[in-house]
Amino acid sequence: MSFKSHIAVKDLNVSYGKAQALKNVNVEIPDKKITVIIGPSGCGKTTLLKSFNRLIDLADDVSFSGEILVDGVNILEPNAELTAIRKKMGLLSQRPTPLPMSIYDNIAYGPRIHGTKKKKELDKIVEFHLKEVGLWEEVETRLDEPASKLSVGQQQRLCLARGLAVEPEIILGDEPTSALDPISSKRIEEKFLVLKDKYTIVIVTHILRQARRLADYVIFLYFGEVIEQGPAAQIFENPTQELTREYMKGIIS
Amino acid sequence: MNRRRLEEFFFQGLMIFSTLVIFLSLVLILLDIFIKGLPAMSLAMLTQGPHGGFYLGKEGGVLNAIVGSTVLAGSATVISFLLSLPVVLYLNVYLKKNSGFGSFVRFSLDVLWGIPSIVFGAFGFTLMLFFGLRASLLGGIIAVSLLVFPIMSRAMDEVLKMVPRELLEISYSLGTTRLEAGLKVVLRQALPGILTAVLIAFGRGIGDAASVIFTAGFSDRVSVSLFRPVATLPLAIFYQLGTPFPEVQNRAYASSLILTMLIVAISVVTRLITRKYRSFIVK
Repeated sequence: MSFKSHIAVKDLNVSYGKAQALKNVNVEIPDKKITVIIGPSGCGKTTLLKSFNRLIDLADDVSFSGEILVDGVNILEPNAELTAIRKKMGLLSQRPTPLPMSIYDNIAYGPRIHGTKKKKELDKIVEFHLKEVGLWEEVETRLDEPASKLSVGQQQRLCLARGLAVEPEIILGDEPTSALDPISSKRIEEKFLVLKDKYTIVIVTHILRQARRLADYVIFLYFGEVIEQGPAAQIFENPTQELTREYMKGIIS
Repeated sequence: MNRRRLEEFFFQGLMIFSTLVIFLSLVLILLDIFIKGLPAMSLAMLTQGPHGGFYLGKEGGVLNAIVGSTVLAGSATVISFLLSLPVVLYLNVYLKKNSGFGSFVRFSLDVLWGIPSIVFGAFGFTLMLFFGLRASLLGGIIAVSLLVFPIMSRAMDEVLKMVPRELLEISYSLGTTRLEAGLKVVLRQALPGILTAVLIAFGRGIGDAASVIFTAGFSDRVSVSLFRPVATLPLAIFYQLGTPFPEVQNRAYASSLILTMLIVAISVVTRLITRKYRSFIVK
């Protein structure tokens, strides 16, 4: 198996207090592909995802060891530049979380902080990214309205656009469709399939069918340990581990 | 009838009773102030300072106290807001939820909140003696700032605690610093609550007599200056009620009416100004 890896995790251990959430995790995330992390609830999927942009730092009593190399730089270093690491990765959370401001300002928030001040440039960025997620036609005339007035499905696309507006290289999705209706979920999934040409995408999900639809590469986590990882076809058709086979059949969940 | 339905019935009764007690107290206090204060109300009360013999029932008004109270409580509110903001941002954005230091700070503020205002007055007075200040607007501002700081910061803290943590995560994930996330996202989300906190503190500050009695003193002059004594409405009410003349006592009620209306007006105006931002809040 050979691919260009974008994120490489080496011997990652994460604990919350005394509870160990990840045990000796070694994974490689391929560049410009969709990697799906699957596994039962509470097995450390979200923890692994949030290690990538160091959001695990916010949790109480968290401690970690090991290495996560993004473009060859270890982001777990104590003096790592967190804002630069996080800017590289757009995050889609489980529930769409618009910021308490207008639709326009939601998208412009990131670029403004990173130095784009001119109204014309911001207008362009907002329009471009709203079109990129297929939301432009729906909100074109009401950019000044509160983002919270959009439907949940629209909000999630807005969140995607907001993440893309800071020009990340990686998109992280933490069960990004779990709060959405089937049609909105489908739209988000379609976006991922288009976006993977430009971005490395990592998605956490517990929906196996979604994983089958999206994944190029799969990581199966079980109680904090990586049981199996590999190209989607191999994991879904010919898993080498008994646990993976049982999970695929729905014996364990 | 079964026991659970009785319980339900009983507690509903209690809730209605409490609501009535609170509502009636408010109505009765307002009625009392209006009935006794309105007849004594005049344009002179609002537009003039006390002339000679005002406290014996002669001409004049309480403009000195209106101006003094507004300036004093206004400045104290601004100062304590500037002190509270870093405190609550630190507690809610920089510290983790289970921080021991955070609980210690909150406990300290709660204790400060419970200290009687006369103690803040006396403490302010000691500070003033140390710095060689006499009773003055500045002294009053210091004492009232100390008095309202714990109230404002704890009220703001409770509001900021309610801001969903996801908003912080989202902001960080876009590569912002904690300060940017705090100022641009958390404060915007919490704005209505922060305003309420500021208004509560202002109301407490402008209505307190004990903290200003030694520190701000009293003055019949309408103009204010930082280093000279200044009149305040609560003390004006206190002095007028303390006279043996019914017409002067009634003016105390007119002054209370002015104080109440001042607080109402400021609350309404602030709410109107910030109504636009309310709609942006994420629920």
